[in-house]
Amino acid sequence: MNILRQRIRRAAALFAVAAGVGAALPAAADDAKQQYFPLATFRVGAYASSGIPVWAGTIDYLRYINEVEGGINGVKLFWDECETEWAVEKGVECYERVKGGKNGSPVPIFLPHGDPITKALTEKSVADKIPLVTIAHGRTEAIDGRVFPYSFPAVFTFWSEASSAINFIAERAGGKDKLKGLKIATVYHDSPYGKETQTPLALLAKTYGFEDIQIPVPHPGNDQSAQWARIRQLKPDWVFLRGWGVMTPVAIKTAAKVGFPVDRIIGGVWSGSEEDVRPAGKVGKGYLAITPFPAGADFEILKKIKEHIVDKGKSDLKDLKSFGSVYYNSGVNEAIIAVEAIRTAQKKFGARPINGEEGQWGLENLNLDDARLKEIGAYGLQQPLKLSVRDHEGGGAGKVLQWDGEAWAIVSDGWVKSDRELLLPLIYERAAAYAKEKRITPRPDPTSN
Amino acid sequence: MSSAETEAAADFVAPGAARDWRGLRRALPLGLLLAVAFVIVPLAGTDYWFNAILIPFLIMALAGLGLNLLMGYAGQASLGTGAFMATGAYATYNLLLRLPDIPLPISLVLGGLIAGAVGVVVGLPSLRIKGFYLLASTLAAQFLLEWIFNQYGWFSNYSTSSSISAPKLAILGQDLSSPVGRYLMTLTAVVAIAAVAARLVKSQTGRAWSAVRDMDTAAAVIGVPVARSKLSAFFVGAAVCGVAGALWAFAYLGTVDARSFGLDRSFQVMFIIIVGGMGSIAGNFIGSAFIVLLPILLSQVSDRLFGGTVDAGQLANLQRIAFGALIIWFLIKEPAGLAALAERGWRRLRPSGTAGPERGSRPGNTGKIF
Repeated sequence: MNILRQRIRRAAALFAVAAGVGAALPAAADDAKQQYFPLATFRVGAYASSGIPVWAGTIDYLRYINEVEGGINGVKLFWDECETEWAVEKGVECYERVKGGKNGSPVPIFLPHGDPITKALTEKSVADKIPLVTIAHGRTEAIDGRVFPYSFPAVFTFWSEASSAINFIAERAGGKDKLKGLKIATVYHDSPYGKETQTPLALLAKTYGFEDIQIPVPHPGNDQSAQWARIRQLKPDWVFLRGWGVMTPVAIKTAAKVGFPVDRIIGGVWSGSEEDVRPAGKVGKGYLAITPFPAGADFEILKKIKEHIVDKGKSDLKDLKSFGSVYYNSGVNEAIIAVEAIRTAQKKFGARPINGEEGQWGLENLNLDDARLKEIGAYGLQQPLKLSVRDHEGGGAGKVLQWDGEAWAIVSDGWVKSDRELLLPLIYERAAAYAKEKRITPRPDPTSN
Repeated sequence: MSSAETEAAADFVAPGAARDWRGLRRALPLGLLLAVAFVIVPLAGTDYWFNAILIPFLIMALAGLGLNLLMGYAGQASLGTGAFMATGAYATYNLLLRLPDIPLPISLVLGGLIAGAVGVVVGLPSLRIKGFYLLASTLAAQFLLEWIFNQYGWFSNYSTSSSISAPKLAILGQDLSSPVGRYLMTLTAVVAIAAVAARLVKSQTGRAWSAVRDMDTAAAVIGVPVARSKLSAFFVGAAVCGVAGALWAFAYLGTVDARSFGLDRSFQVMFIIIVGGMGSIAGNFIGSAFIVLLPILLSQVSDRLFGGTVDAGQLANLQRIAFGALIIWFLIKEPAGLAALAERGWRRLRPSGTAGPERGSRPGNTGKIF
């Protein structure tokens, strides 16, 4: 009994300490002049190997903005991290924890960074008026900002990924008319994510006359002999590999075993990082991947980050080998879009911390043309991007990288555009169906009348 | 006045009154708790508390209750919890979508019943096998159902991402889509189901479950219908999990796909009942608090203490180490679960005069499932 009492006392003391610490941290008064930008990171768990370089890229760019450019028009950014482990409950908890802002600054944009988290926040973000930017993941229909006012699957949706991959094949074959009669097999992770490209590929196959073969790989995909035996039997001209995690290196290795040429495999966005191809070893040499995040440390902005942040020991990267990798550059890319959207919003609302509603305006009026990209130093790293109410994606193009055994080299002819004009009507149709199912009244598009 | 006098006086006045009084006194803390949950919390809570803490805590406690009825009370080990939750969620979604005239609570119940029916099918092997072998067969159901919901577009109304999304939540014209509304809806469902479950485990069915759990051969010899007991446990357990799944999809997340109900979820629910206490209703709530809320608390406290000074990645890893160590520590201290610990503590805290007979009449749950 005494022991129990003692324990209760101990627990109470612990609680008091925790509460005391909470109360002891004073809010800095001048922080309201700074812009809060919370980060929902994932540095532990199954996806840590991608999360660590992604967030390092984002944080390094934000540090660069603060330390070299003195903030966005003088408004410095500050952030804290909340660990999601890529898990939906933790992600929702982080979102709820930070959504009210901090030290007087509201949240301008939230990066959910994870498909399940994005889905769970779709409606909450509308109620809270906080835009979600989900590059290369998230619902494709959310391109239609009339139905999804606060979801921004910017730059490169899954549908654009599929279409760009096909257009790269056309580039190699010598024109879209040469696609006719080709056999293109999609080996995909059998999950909602993997199935996303089925509809656009079916439409593209009908339009261009290639044969669309779909081969699922069950999660996690560490044995794919059956799938690649089928590939050997069907003899497709190209394989489009939409993997996830361990599935990608296993696919590359198994392809080599059955003798399928590795330079005829095009990986999707989430099969196109160093971490995907390096474990495959030597047989990965020649592997292709389409991505909106070109790898490389030669882009102007990366040189600046290296000079001012990395070389001064201020980088968030522990392993500097990842500098300029696909994941690191994707983090930089995301941060650029967020910062530029805040900058755009400041033009209208004034140079001060902006809130989510203003952030939405900033995103929907974001225009990163070549001139602006050159000013930032992101020309070649980020594609020209123009968002609007009707178009929350904007770009829709990717670059194709080839693995030379050590690093990626860009092999496509600049940005490979997707057939957005072909896909958009179908996407709007799906958004309208969603609106009907959820009884949402689409908001009017101010630019259309 | 000493308690002996009270009881003597009560006996003199009316034999039933003392029992009533004692029952009332026993029910008082629970009543207070409910009053706080239904009245004070909705007035005082913030969005953060509802969306991030209370709703997931309640739903996971409900899922734990479902598995506890099946595993803790009836002794049928199952790793199909995620699949049952998915069935409930997808069934409710399709009912709301295709039969919009049915009110929400009825759709929830029907979704639960459909999950229960699936549970009976999944439970059929329990008539022949038990323990680890049964666990493996429920594992098959877990994978199969997740695959089905992902594979066939009909279940998700041909959504591009095979995800289902909550229609407008409303009961009798009352909009429930605000955080408070969703919290009250969840709380009502959880309290109602927990009350039914508390009665059920003391009923003939519940006693038959315990008999089957403790020794099914002996139960058969004394005339307990073993097959019916096992299947009814699967039905009830899966139905409760089904309602939890529907609430998880609609009251908590809003939009989910089948991955949200994967094997990890099944394990999480199993840990809830192991940590909380098998064969205990309150144990589900304690276990859920431990598994769902403790990591959040650890993260909040460590952010306050070390945020910005310690590397974020290391901090996240340290939290997981601390969490794991706490699980081990609690399980060593109290192998029967936190519910047993809480009950012992409660008994000891009461003044000795009123202790009354030991209330440990709960059938000994030794955790002998395998």
